[in-house]
Amino acid sequence: MAASPAFALEAMGESGLLLRFGERIDAALNARVHAAARVLRDAALPGLEDLVPTYASLLLRFDAAAAADAARMREVERRVRAALAAAGAAAQPIAGDAPARVVEIPVCYGGDCGPDLEAVAAHAGIDASTLIARHAAGDYRVAMLGFAPGFPYLLGLDPALHAPRLATPRTRVPAGSVAIGGAQAGIYPRELPGGWRIVGRTPLVLFDAAREPPCLLAPGDRVRFRAIDAAEFARLAGAAP
Amino acid sequence: MSIEVLKPGLLTTPQDRGRPGYAQLGIGRAGAMDAPALRLANALAGNPADACALEITLLGPTLRFRADAVIALTGAPIDARIDGARAPLWAPVRVRAGAVLALGGMRHGCRSYLAVRGGIALAPVLGSRGVDVNAALGPLDGRALRAGDVLPVGTNADDPHPASSRRDDAPSPPQAISPDWSLDFRPWFDGEAQRPLRVLPATHTCNLDAASRAALFEGTFRVAVDSNRVGYRLDGPRLALTAPLELVSEASVAGTVQLPPSGQAIVLMAEHPVSGGYPRIGHVAAVDLPRLAQRRPGDAVRFAATTLEEARRRLAEREHRLQRLEAAIATRLANEVHGGAR
Repeated sequence: MAASPAFALEAMGESGLLLRFGERIDAALNARVHAAARVLRDAALPGLEDLVPTYASLLLRFDAAAAADAARMREVERRVRAALAAAGAAAQPIAGDAPARVVEIPVCYGGDCGPDLEAVAAHAGIDASTLIARHAAGDYRVAMLGFAPGFPYLLGLDPALHAPRLATPRTRVPAGSVAIGGAQAGIYPRELPGGWRIVGRTPLVLFDAAREPPCLLAPGDRVRFRAIDAAEFARLAGAAP
Repeated sequence: MSIEVLKPGLLTTPQDRGRPGYAQLGIGRAGAMDAPALRLANALAGNPADACALEITLLGPTLRFRADAVIALTGAPIDARIDGARAPLWAPVRVRAGAVLALGGMRHGCRSYLAVRGGIALAPVLGSRGVDVNAALGPLDGRALRAGDVLPVGTNADDPHPASSRRDDAPSPPQAISPDWSLDFRPWFDGEAQRPLRVLPATHTCNLDAASRAALFEGTFRVAVDSNRVGYRLDGPRLALTAPLELVSEASVAGTVQLPPSGQAIVLMAEHPVSGGYPRIGHVAAVDLPRLAQRRPGDAVRFAATTLEEARRRLAEREHRLQRLEAAIATRLANEVHGGAR
């Protein structure tokens, strides 16, 4: 084998196998996680129930029949290593891989939609319109979904826009709120408590259990924000399913 | 057939095996907290293992049955009365149309399961009829039962023993289908025994300081009042790492023992978030997680170390016992219908 697979594999309880590619929030590392997830999703691992990519690691969670069977779990581990070695996925995204989907998300910045816009701009030492331009210029990537169904953790936030979380989290953040939490960006899929700084709101519905797929965004997707005004927000919100 | 909710109880939710397969979208599996108790309730009611039943927390609901039904209650020993007469637990029980099932408190334990033949037939959401209370996801808009709810009950395709097949004219006391047998619950419910829960090592177990490692396995913890279907917070010895760790969020599984900076350990339960950034100092063995789910606030919790091999072996044994029992119950129910009416 040319390169030893650059990940550590550890058991997570009886049912989980965790593949750790690193311990940092880093776009290249996260891209390897998504590449490995694609390879392993196609590997038809017996008993696999969930495959959960996060920033720098990937969890494979198996059903009880597999978790109860040491020999089967050893075989699964062998197949995981073999599949990733064959694909070279542990080293880099697969050559010729389909390009990531790009999802455009319209955002109404500031005002009632983005109550923290001014404070974030002040923190960054720029004016509000510059903040909007720089936030909307970013090329974001869905590193993972978590916290609540359909909540995307986005990589790619302009470092100048990093902003500390609120000292006291809000008990209610409206659905669609586009927010900054430290170096991370995210979007609240429904009304939730939260301590991230809210800079705007999208009229798009990020999570709807009755929809297939239920989430607007999937791990690995690319995201572009587009600034819209209140009138367009109202029009899109009215048209949203 | 349907069931009317007269009183909802403290926290009564429809539950099944949950919704695996969506964790990558931030949607957890959730499902029953004491999965073996749910499966046995279904078996006793004549349902498939994945049918939806009610999970009852500490104080039960009062329900009116709009048609004849067969029910079974498992899990924590709950005060159960049908039109005032005590109903047996861990056994199939016949309920007449119009009867009121009043479920009260539990002597000990935290969760009982009520299965109804045919299963609770609410429309599934993302493949499950279970309610994920924390994510507000599932039927009933993802909430617990409320007074006035009407729960539809389905029909099993191969029902060996339809609830309405035998009717007598006179109202009768609650009747076990086979008054001479009920399941021996002892292997499936802890009662007052406080055997330690076995814990597997996790990524950051070795980062615990020596005193904390000793306290984890020698100390006694208590289930904190703010414990729920998301996680069990443990009062007792405060645990500490040799040095603080700044971690990037990684995925979690049910049973993961997290250690936030406060030093109060949290065991992740059915509705745990799919990822988290706290150090992981252990995993409660899968066979012991339902036992933890039956502890209520104030109950003692002790831990004992185990290995992955032993935990897998015990899980295999439990699955084998459960499957044998489910098959034996199904055979018995089938024989009774063929054996004719008593």
